[in-house]
Amino acid sequence: MTTYYSEEHEWLTVEGETAVVGITQHAADQLGEIVFVEQKEVGDDFEKGDDIGVIESVKAASEIYAAVDGEVTEVNETLEENPGTLNDSPEGDAWIYKIKLTNTDQLEELMDLDGYKAFIG
Amino acid sequence: MTDAPKRTPLYDLHVELGGKMVDFAGWEMPVQYPMGIMGEHNHTRTKAGLFDVSHMGQVILRGEGAAEKLETLVPSAMTTLKEGKARYTFFTNPDGGIMDDLIVANAGDYLFLVVNASMRHQDIPHMADNLDGIEVTEIFDRALVAVQGPAAENVVGDLCPAARDMTFMQTMVADINGVECRISRLGYTGEDGFEISIPEDKAIEICRAFLAHEDCEPVGLGARDSLRLESGLCLYGNDIDNSTSPVEASLTWAMQKRRREEGGFPGADRIQRDLAEGAAKKLVGIRPTGRAPARAGVEVQDLDGNTIGSITSGGFGPTVGAPVAMGYVATKHSEPGQKINLIIRGKAQPAEIAALPFVAQNYKR
Repeated sequence: MTTYYSEEHEWLTVEGETAVVGITQHAADQLGEIVFVEQKEVGDDFEKGDDIGVIESVKAASEIYAAVDGEVTEVNETLEENPGTLNDSPEGDAWIYKIKLTNTDQLEELMDLDGYKAFIG
Repeated sequence: MTDAPKRTPLYDLHVELGGKMVDFAGWEMPVQYPMGIMGEHNHTRTKAGLFDVSHMGQVILRGEGAAEKLETLVPSAMTTLKEGKARYTFFTNPDGGIMDDLIVANAGDYLFLVVNASMRHQDIPHMADNLDGIEVTEIFDRALVAVQGPAAENVVGDLCPAARDMTFMQTMVADINGVECRISRLGYTGEDGFEISIPEDKAIEICRAFLAHEDCEPVGLGARDSLRLESGLCLYGNDIDNSTSPVEASLTWAMQKRRREEGGFPGADRIQRDLAEGAAKKLVGIRPTGRAPARAGVEVQDLDGNTIGSITSGGFGPTVGAPVAMGYVATKHSEPGQKINLIIRGKAQPAEIAALPFVAQNYKR
């Protein structure tokens, strides 16, 4: 199991050809208090860079961009009722999707934890 | 705007308190403090919040017949405004649109005005050019702060006992910690509270004295916006502008009977016509049924998919616990309870026209 990070402040914990996807604590802190999450549905496929959801905070709406190509296999439905868990545990319970990776080569373009820490300064 | 943003006399205090500074209308202002927008909003509704509103324009009008002359620019009654009282009004343009909204206080031998930060550059020359024989002085050496919330009376009253006896829209000059301030019992959060004009070199000292009260916390522009939105108060540039008439904006209450009948202000023709015939569109409250906030610019449709208006302000209402919005819809769709759709990111989301305010106003009458 390896965790990767994107410049759009998402994390992917990858096991084989599947991954759990969420936003980083840094992203959640920047967004402020989160009040709504709009998610894709199971079976939706997407390409790297696609808009795969929206997170609304008290301040503004922010898109979630896909860090890799893939297909949604599971949606964390608890976020609909409790969007605020994204502030408390964005790298734990408040994961956003489980996905099937369709181009694992793209993982090489992502950062590891040290790289991400350096990226956010 | 290419100029560096300006700083208010309270800038150093904002930074010390952990304020997250942003550029707002050319001013470097705190959007929030470590407590966060939601916490600051709720604190203001339950206790008291301290807001820096020094970016707003403070103006003095001095001269014979100032109130009478000001009536040529605004549709509210100024000559009947008693000494020690303040009134909400707006400058209208020749088309009957709103150029800016403002507060006018009768300070005895002069009028004291507070105008929007983003409109100072327009309002000052507008008055200087049109108020013949009146001295228009913009004040640059005073901070303006608001203390708002149910505990505001204690926060201000502990330092200035006379403030406790004031009622909504009263204004006076009084000492706070030995400093002469102008205190007005009003604000823009829907809560009881005060706006206080303070000499700039004493502003931080007096704000520290307010913050020393256990019920008073600093509140940024983020919560100021959600508080005014829940209270159904218009934001200039969003909910009202040069194209909207006061009748469309449901601000008829601010135009006293004599002024409505006599006219004598810019755009009186259109405003009187809107009053007589009804306006084609109206500013209403909107409650999305789901959880998705609907923000400014979102299209409003009837259930048949016809465009009937758009949202001008919207977001999450912490006290309501759900998204809230304001916007204009065709008058025939403006009855509270009417079902509508909001087009959010291309999808129709159900919503309902709602009565304003969303949260009852809590003024000391």
